[in-house]
Amino acid sequence: MADFWRRYRRNKGAVVGLVVLILVVIMAATAPWLFPGSPWDMASAPFMPPGEMGMWLGTDSLGRDVAAGIAHGARISLLVGAVSTVAALSVGVTLGAIAGYLGGFVDDVVMRFTEFFQTIPSFVLAILLVAIFTPTIGSVVAAIAIVSWPPVARVVRAEFLSLRSREFVQAAEVLGKSRIAIVLGDILPNALSPIIVLASLMVASAILLESALSFLGLGDPNLMTWGFLIGSGRSVIRLAWWMSVFPGLAIFVTVLSLNLVGEGLSDALNPRLARGRA
Amino acid sequence: MELNRRGLLAATPLLMTVAEAQAQGITPRRGGTLTTMLTPEPPVLQIGVNNQGPTIVIGSKMFEGLLTFSPTLEPIPVLAKSWTISPDGKEYVFRLQENVKFHDGRPMTADDVIFSVMKFHTELAPRARAIFALIDTAEAPDPHTVKFTLKQAFEPFLLMFDVSACGIVPKHLFDGLDYRTAPVVQRPVGTGPFRFAEWQRGNFVRLERFSDYWRPNQPYLDAIIYRIVPDSQSRRLAIETGQAQLTQANDIEPFDVPALRARPNLEVAVNGWEYFSPVSWIELNHRVAPLNDVRVRQALSMAVDRNFIAQRLWFGVGKPATNPVASTTKFHDRNVRIAGFDVRAANALLDAAGFRANAQGVRFTLKHLVLPYGEIWSRLAEYLRQAFRQVGVTLELESTDAGNWARRIGAWEYETSVNFVYQFGDPTLGVERTYVTSNIQRVTFTNTGGYSNPRVDELFARARSVPAAADRQAAFTDVQKILCEEVPQIWLMEMAFPTIHDRRLRNVVTTGLGVHTGFGDVFLAS
Repeated sequence: MADFWRRYRRNKGAVVGLVVLILVVIMAATAPWLFPGSPWDMASAPFMPPGEMGMWLGTDSLGRDVAAGIAHGARISLLVGAVSTVAALSVGVTLGAIAGYLGGFVDDVVMRFTEFFQTIPSFVLAILLVAIFTPTIGSVVAAIAIVSWPPVARVVRAEFLSLRSREFVQAAEVLGKSRIAIVLGDILPNALSPIIVLASLMVASAILLESALSFLGLGDPNLMTWGFLIGSGRSVIRLAWWMSVFPGLAIFVTVLSLNLVGEGLSDALNPRLARGRA
Repeated sequence: MELNRRGLLAATPLLMTVAEAQAQGITPRRGGTLTTMLTPEPPVLQIGVNNQGPTIVIGSKMFEGLLTFSPTLEPIPVLAKSWTISPDGKEYVFRLQENVKFHDGRPMTADDVIFSVMKFHTELAPRARAIFALIDTAEAPDPHTVKFTLKQAFEPFLLMFDVSACGIVPKHLFDGLDYRTAPVVQRPVGTGPFRFAEWQRGNFVRLERFSDYWRPNQPYLDAIIYRIVPDSQSRRLAIETGQAQLTQANDIEPFDVPALRARPNLEVAVNGWEYFSPVSWIELNHRVAPLNDVRVRQALSMAVDRNFIAQRLWFGVGKPATNPVASTTKFHDRNVRIAGFDVRAANALLDAAGFRANAQGVRFTLKHLVLPYGEIWSRLAEYLRQAFRQVGVTLELESTDAGNWARRIGAWEYETSVNFVYQFGDPTLGVERTYVTSNIQRVTFTNTGGYSNPRVDELFARARSVPAAADRQAAFTDVQKILCEEVPQIWLMEMAFPTIHDRRLRNVVTTGLGVHTGFGDVFLAS
């Protein structure tokens, strides 16, 4: 573990990303104390520029505090990112493992199924799914998970394909271990590092997807998210730039930090690759 | 102040506005092309075949009705130069202008009027069908006189003769054909000051001056070009930079209006919608408890700050509703008003009704189907949710698309929503349909809420059939009192739409139909 941290630390960007990410998580966790009450409450006069009347980031068209919206929005954005990633991982890893380990006909079937999803533009599919199932937090998370599992399945399958012919797997087979035990106990732990790196990047893209959906008005209308803040500010941008700029910065900073963390994890988990790059 | 002055002048017939221009030392100038916009692009330009907003805006330049209406909804002669109504209110005789030609050169006569009323619009438009069904006989004693005999007196009958309800179409080009597919539908032929020239779909429609127009010297403009610009910010830029000289209806979003008001070369008018007078309201489904409790409806109505909605969401385009009948409509009683914004009284009323708040301060939860007509309606729903929270009512928002919204309202599958309908100048034409028991239908824009009160039914029925305006006023005043007491729907705003034009463009809004008139008297001052 100490070794891992030492290697992670070597990537300065990754450390900055981690610090920023922790700050965002703390902001999300403490939002109810930082900004008591609902972020939908009208706190002041509408269209107050930043800094006036105690609103550091200004107010929106209904006099809602933009800062409160960003803090409370962080909770939903991070939650959606995390939950949809977990859901996508569970589908992707399962299918990828089955395809990679069993190979042959099963592999063909699973991969054709995966390709079917990969040939549809993911954002269009997400919009379609949310529009059909009416926008709620559940349908948004499900739509993001459905469009983001195929790359996971492909990565996991590739890892399994290369690992399953290794000697330690053959040894386990000779020992008479069950297939499930081999997959879970021997192969999966060795395939974990690319999955972890992929997961951190998927959280970032899930946050972006959710924001894009909310921007188009397909978010859950009862939940404050960053995409909603930008979407509602877009039309009045010439009147109130702060309504779109600050939530935009929040998304930018969070997604960037997640990407930096992902890169740091990749370096720390694959020391040889990292050395090669240095 | 500005609005009052305009309103007073515009109340007098059309010619006065030209006189106004002359009084200011500006004689109408011949020539020039007006570039404006049309949003969204209509499927056809033939009035009657399509009666949606954009078609009426452009169709009213090519077609004319027998009448038009002042901002106070007094009839103004157009194709009918005079008319008489028999004392029993059953016989309407119109004297027509005598030198009117269609764009193809054929004269317009009583036959065309009778065809337009009895066949064309009766077949095509549900609104016209319902009213024109009251006509017993239509006769033409001579080529320039039309006599309608009604089965029963119907005081608002004249309101059906505007171009938006009954534009006069050429009988010789439609009779015997399917009206929807007749060749002339693609190149409309009317009697209006401008005739169809060219339509490049997705790009523009060009109308040109009709030189044989019946009013002397009119029209003043050489041509009108309606550009199709789908993006609202591009439309705003076009009017700001002078590429367009006029915007109307939904062209400009309310939040862009303050910035355009501030520009010295532009004039922003919010009048000219008196004939349509849409009123918006929170649509309540009375089948859903506790919305069937009158105290709950009263309390929710008192929880809404209508001034905030009008000023902060609509930026002063439109004004707070005071009762179910728009104040710009005939028979609105200004002394009958709904209870004002009062959160404390609303809470007291809900307490008295036995709806106690739980530990979270919530009395009950209602679902709200957000009207999917654009962002401003989403903001309104968010405002309502916060306003209702003040009285302990949780509003859960549901998003949907336009098709589903109309279906669910029509099928009564909603708890609350927001809705608005045109009032067409008379409560019998535009208000009655939302409140009478006989109109509780599984169809959008009927009495979908399911409100039913025999006394209200009776008063609306009386107002429909008595011929004297004073008797109708008495019935409508009583209706307004009952409705304001029972709050079947929570009225929010008397809506308006901004008409924004270059100050050099004169006589744009002169009647109660605003941009839905012929523009024969509109000119570009130098």
